[in-house]
Amino acid sequence: MPEETRKLTYAQAANEALRRALAEIPETLLFGEDIAIPGGVFGVTKGLQKSFGDRVFDTPISESAILGGAIGAALVGRRPIVEIMWVDFSLVALDQIVNQAANVRYVSQGKLTAPITIRTQQGAGPGSCAQHSQSLETFFAHVPGLQACMPATAQDAYDLLTAAIHSDDPTIVIENRNLYHGEKAEVRLGAAPGPVGGAAVRRPGDDVTLVTWGAMLHRALEAADELAAQGVSVEVLDMRWLRPLDTDAVKRSVAKTGRLVVAHEAHRFMGVGAEVVTSVVESGVPLVAPPVRVGAPDVRIPAAPTLQAAVIPSASVIVDAVRRTVQPVATLVQQGV
Amino acid sequence: MRDRVQDVDELARHLATMLRIRFFEEEIRRLRAEGAVVGSVHLCNGQEAIYVGTCAALDLPTDVVFPTYRGHGWAIACGASLDAMFGELLGRTSGLNGGRGGSAYLSDPEHGMYGENSIVGAGAPIATGAALASTFDGSGRVAVAAFGDGAVNQGSVHEAMNFASIRRLPVLFVIENNRYSELTPTAAMVTSDRLFKRSSAYGIPGVRIDGNDVAIVRDTVAEAARRARAGDGPVVIEAMTERIVGHYIGDVESYREPGELDRALEQEPIVRLSRVLESAGMTGDELDALRDKVRAEVADASARALEAPLADPSTVMEHLYA
Repeated sequence: MPEETRKLTYAQAANEALRRALAEIPETLLFGEDIAIPGGVFGVTKGLQKSFGDRVFDTPISESAILGGAIGAALVGRRPIVEIMWVDFSLVALDQIVNQAANVRYVSQGKLTAPITIRTQQGAGPGSCAQHSQSLETFFAHVPGLQACMPATAQDAYDLLTAAIHSDDPTIVIENRNLYHGEKAEVRLGAAPGPVGGAAVRRPGDDVTLVTWGAMLHRALEAADELAAQGVSVEVLDMRWLRPLDTDAVKRSVAKTGRLVVAHEAHRFMGVGAEVVTSVVESGVPLVAPPVRVGAPDVRIPAAPTLQAAVIPSASVIVDAVRRTVQPVATLVQQGV
Repeated sequence: MRDRVQDVDELARHLATMLRIRFFEEEIRRLRAEGAVVGSVHLCNGQEAIYVGTCAALDLPTDVVFPTYRGHGWAIACGASLDAMFGELLGRTSGLNGGRGGSAYLSDPEHGMYGENSIVGAGAPIATGAALASTFDGSGRVAVAAFGDGAVNQGSVHEAMNFASIRRLPVLFVIENNRYSELTPTAAMVTSDRLFKRSSAYGIPGVRIDGNDVAIVRDTVAEAARRARAGDGPVVIEAMTERIVGHYIGDVESYREPGELDRALEQEPIVRLSRVLESAGMTGDELDALRDKVRAEVADASARALEAPLADPSTVMEHLYA
């Protein structure tokens, strides 16, 4: 495919990645609930059935059949891409992801493989109920044999999905519906597929390393702007991939800043943030202030906007967290941190 | 009509395969008692005709089967090497999967055996996916999802049947009905124990057959596979059988009725097929010779497997990703 640059939304960029894969890889199939004729409830797969016919099809509301079907087709040579409409629905069929797909290569010593790509989306949005608003990346990042990424930009919606489809192992691409139809950005199309894994510095800085991923990146960048105005230079690191997790990139940044904040929308308790912090602490890279994690508190996700706002971390919560790391340590001790 | 002599020869071969499975399982029971095989082991004694009859009707490894944790017999019927089977259960480097699968999760795709599954019903959607691939790759592949009677109460099985039906996929759902959902009579877990009728809700033809008659299984599967290959969609085959051993080694089988097992032993497939072959002219000596030959083959394979090196811990991190 010739390289070109086009102005696209995040959803359009994902669509282009799917279009390219279907055009370039004859073994690809694309299926899921409402993805073919309707083009997806969020419009991400719009027009693909028209272009690629039977290889793009609608399925019953049967997550086990969708995921199991993808695995079975992959075992005999297809390269299926499936959509699980909301990440919450993956729980209905977690067996197929964890007990089945993640085991195939390892247990068969590589005689069988399951190169499937699972596209889904997650996160809270105004009015979204508790079964349509969770951030579940930890579930997938915890499982050896899986790969998981969370694109935060239109370019990554294209690049990470392309890398996932080209990978020979089961990969879950967790998009965020709040990003789908935002402002268009220049997206470079047609480059050689990138590797699986690798974080990206989204804003260089010297005082504090702020690690994040997914839609939270935009709140982190907002916080970094505000902090810059206050004289605090924040380096924002977008992890992009949660498995594999590019802890080297975190350590490199913290070696420079000596301070670490991790911000994610998922629950803080047992979240990926804990793993990021631990990787730095265990590595011995010196920290001049205790690391801080930002995430949802231990509670279910309510629907009402005022309640949701009290749970989902905002830019100002991130600003406060970063400020805690730049206070003198003595002050923190006094505060009992 | 089949040539009678040819048919007898073929049935004798099937008897040999069923004996290979039976003696394998008995040897595994011995090795488990000795402690050479460890962990949970589910033997398939009494159900051999389903595996041998089905595989005889398939074109393996183009066709593929997805059995359950009670799958040693499926693997052997598909043609897995006995040495590699023993090696797998003994945790040796020589095992089918180098000891990573064990008794309940082994696979041998080179012979069309795409893996046992220790999650009840989970193989049904996966087999359906392999059949989905057939509609795109021109292979003519038929996939077999084999599962027990207990699995018909799992949602994944029903999702698979519906999905297969709407796309007319070449997948055969073979229910090995041994009447027990693990330790519980299936009749107590369903309102109608005519399990093949589950198919009718999905517009799939369903049939109940004598699963202890290898020729009936073979002919039923052959017809279903022909139909599936022709694009006429899935079939549900409920093969009635009896598990003449416990659910797992160590199962005390307190759920059995008095006399139940004795009746089952009269009707088990090796006894049945031996009778058929005798009435077709095979002598007792010929049958004994066949038994002795297969018994020796199994014993030799076991002995060789015990000589193989144990799975090497230095390889434990290999093959997680490409």
